[in-house]
Amino acid sequence: MTDAVGREEIVLNMGPHHPSTHGVLRFVVYTDGEIMRKAVPEVGYLHRGIEKLAEQTTYTSFIPYADRINYLEAVFASQAWAMAVERLLGVEVPKRAEVLRVIAAELNRIANHCIALGCVAMDLGAYTPFIYLLRERETINDLFEELCGARLTFNYARVGGVSHDAPDGWLDKVGAFVARFDKVMAELHALISENEILVNRMLGVGVTCAADAVAYGLVGPNLRAAGVDWDLRRDLPYSAYPGLDFAVPVGGRDGRGVAGDCYARWVVREEEMRQSARLIRQALAALPDGPVMGELPKKIKPPKGEVYAAVEGARGELGVYLVSDGSNTPYRAKWRSSSFSAMSMIELISPGLMIADLVAVIATLDTIAPEVDR
Amino acid sequence: MKEIRDALAERLGTEIEWHEDLAGDPFAVVPPGKWLEACRAARDDERLSFDFLRNQTGTDVPADEVIEVVVHLFSYKHRHAFVMKTRVSRTDPVADSLVPVWPAANWYEREIYDLLGVRFTGHPDLRRLLLPEDWVGHPLRKDYARPESYQGIPTTRPGKEDR
Amino acid sequence: MRPDNDIRALVGYIVETWELSPFWADVAAAVVILAVAAVVFLAVMTFAGVLTWAERRVAGRTQSRVGPNRVGPIGFLQWVVDGVKLVLKEDFVPDAADGPLFRLAPYLVILGVFSAMATVPFSQVLIAADLDVGALFIMAITSLVVVGVLMSGWASNNKWALLGGVRSAAQIVSYEVPAALSVMTIVLLAGSLSMQTIIGQQGGWPWEWYIFHSPFTFVLFFVFLASSIAEGNRIPFDLPEAESELVAGYNTEYSGMRWAGFFLGEFANVYVMSAIATTLFFGGWQVPGVAAEEHGDSLLIQGLGLVIFLGKAWVGCFVVLWARWTLPRLRVDQLMGVCYRYFIPIAFACMLGVALYALVVPAGSLPDVAVHLVTMAMGAAAVVVLFRRVGHHARSVGDRISLAEVLQRGQRFEFDPSVQLRRYGAHRRGGARESR
Repeated sequence: MTDAVGREEIVLNMGPHHPSTHGVLRFVVYTDGEIMRKAVPEVGYLHRGIEKLAEQTTYTSFIPYADRINYLEAVFASQAWAMAVERLLGVEVPKRAEVLRVIAAELNRIANHCIALGCVAMDLGAYTPFIYLLRERETINDLFEELCGARLTFNYARVGGVSHDAPDGWLDKVGAFVARFDKVMAELHALISENEILVNRMLGVGVTCAADAVAYGLVGPNLRAAGVDWDLRRDLPYSAYPGLDFAVPVGGRDGRGVAGDCYARWVVREEEMRQSARLIRQALAALPDGPVMGELPKKIKPPKGEVYAAVEGARGELGVYLVSDGSNTPYRAKWRSSSFSAMSMIELISPGLMIADLVAVIATLDTIAPEVDR
Repeated sequence: MKEIRDALAERLGTEIEWHEDLAGDPFAVVPPGKWLEACRAARDDERLSFDFLRNQTGTDVPADEVIEVVVHLFSYKHRHAFVMKTRVSRTDPVADSLVPVWPAANWYEREIYDLLGVRFTGHPDLRRLLLPEDWVGHPLRKDYARPESYQGIPTTRPGKEDR
Repeated sequence: MRPDNDIRALVGYIVETWELSPFWADVAAAVVILAVAAVVFLAVMTFAGVLTWAERRVAGRTQSRVGPNRVGPIGFLQWVVDGVKLVLKEDFVPDAADGPLFRLAPYLVILGVFSAMATVPFSQVLIAADLDVGALFIMAITSLVVVGVLMSGWASNNKWALLGGVRSAAQIVSYEVPAALSVMTIVLLAGSLSMQTIIGQQGGWPWEWYIFHSPFTFVLFFVFLASSIAEGNRIPFDLPEAESELVAGYNTEYSGMRWAGFFLGEFANVYVMSAIATTLFFGGWQVPGVAAEEHGDSLLIQGLGLVIFLGKAWVGCFVVLWARWTLPRLRVDQLMGVCYRYFIPIAFACMLGVALYALVVPAGSLPDVAVHLVTMAMGAAAVVVLFRRVGHHARSVGDRISLAEVLQRGQRFEFDPSVQLRRYGAHRRGGARESR
């Protein structure tokens, strides 16, 4: 397409194989030189038909699939699934299991943000913070391996509780990790968070105003960065969160960045990591004794009905809409993921940005392909 | 929930059915002709203020010969949630698009079209989202038969029994 | 000031000793020149190769991991093995690419960078060609790289490569200006374009180096450093080959030995720029305490000069490598903005400052020496502060510790329920910056 002056529009394919798309995503980018006219995401490369699979597996055997909906925040998906089935069944989860779920969830949130922030830095050219954050994530992976046997897809939550109780000494190890974590965040902060170049790459770039964010269904750190003060853990509390005290970082305040820009998203995630550490400390102190599995019927056959259960995942609201027809397999399971909404916004934010900015936007929105495609 | 019932009953009268007796969340069913109007009311009415389209999806119910299009709504202002459905015919599934009401509906409706075959009138860009453009069939339907091959690639492994 | 062992003198010596006829004299000249060229070429290849190994080790240690450690002691032979691998790779040229240009591009890059090595003075006698216009020659010949990069970007028939090539051309051409201004200021001070003369005008002791000549040259050094990094397409200016954005930029379609041409060209460029910085700002091969003229006297002093030069050049390379693994990269418009809005005015101002300084303060007088010492003190203080910060951060967290160890040492974790949201200092108070 040539405009009046004779300049052509280049169509670039940031194709499924690209070092900086998160997962197998594709963007068709229409640019005028460096400045984009439009960036259209093409998704579906990682569509595995998980929702169809849910209709063929039993409620318990679906949990490993749930982990793979978003393998970086596996605990949240299985927790949401367990919550949905528990609500249909009317099963109560013992307190110890709830607190263990919270500990696992917050550890998972930290691990996820390690990757998220690391990838933002890496996509913007700073390779070192990624490795440092991965070093910390290794410790978390080791903790999970000790807890439930897996390092990435944990298969941890069960309908009615969790699969394994904390082994001996595990809680002290979590405590030691959390104790050291402040220093890690301080190191990260000193290394990269206020680096002039990084800030300039992200300040004012890809601004999502609060109204657009709500209208497009943006959730989680992206929504908070846009200035909307909303966190499911605090505002619609579930699991063991009602007793715990933590701050919810909202973008655009205290002078760090414009609300809704890439830097605000960075800041919000960084602060969330600290708050997760705080939550873990409180959860460790509040862990009661008791069973880790509730009373369940022999076969899990929820009565006819439907439920929507959501948790505040690392990327935002991760919810499942579960329809039961009274049999032992779900009738319909629909997963609502935050990356889906975030991807749908990219076409809106992209006009006028440069290609280098698109990379920053995708990275800070923390979109990940498996969640978009399921 | 009572305020939601009252506000919507005021707008739609008897057209809206309320289902509150099943396990899980209560929901309301609206006829397809009133779908757009009901959703607009849900967003615009002061008592409702459902500004957040949390989820929009479809369910194939061959037993009733319908495909249900369901929306989960939430209001940040009033902090209440609501589930609304419409049932479209299975043989010719057409519904109104909610894109004018919530821009978030854009991709949700594309996904429903892709996986269930429901066409949304008024949608700016209704094409397949998750599956390739030349895919045949709508997988989430209960009577979906997996094709033998796609572009020459067989969909089963030799010797493996189909589930 | 030309030492006796010039190539011409060498050839003349050979012709005289063997009493060669004019034809054979020409042949002798050709042989000598080719031999010297081969030595320089091999030296540069070795430097570039070793620099790739150094880069990987520096990267590893910076990132709290090991780096190459399998092939040879501390992985030192890694670059040899990589070179062999690259040579053995299949050489393919994309079907729709412009064949001749595609094949020519790496050679232009190599040519541009390796030719500059001919005028780099490793010691008082070890210089392939001490041109009268050495500094100018280097600035000019390294610009050949732009042609090569642009050629590769265009000929690859790949939009990503094209973007990378065009970005690179714009970047290198723009950053030539502040780099050249820095060089010209030094030339102004030294009174000559010849590299050996520039070094000769400096001294061995730090306060005799041009970098500490006055605060203006101190600032100018950093302008030159940043501009050289930009010309070498290194982070923070490596947008043309931004791995995470453009796949690999202008060398996307290259593989095997052709890609190695670009790769070695880039590292040789790092070395050349570092060597030039050493020459211009850090006194080159001057041995402290020995006057420039006396350098020819003994082999020991020559050798010491060589070691000193290489040491300084390698420190410069290390700084460039260090910067790569620490900093993110600038976006294209920011990159150009930095050049045109900051570096060029600063370079001009410093040039003016140096000229006025040279006019007002006679060289070698007491105020002059005082300024040298004060600037040196400033530089030393900056280095000390930097190293203390680095040391502090390096010790603050340490490498990954084993939690079992921590528990055995009996550390207790502290419950701090009131972690506040800390204010780190508002960045850009007032929020929105003007967008494009």
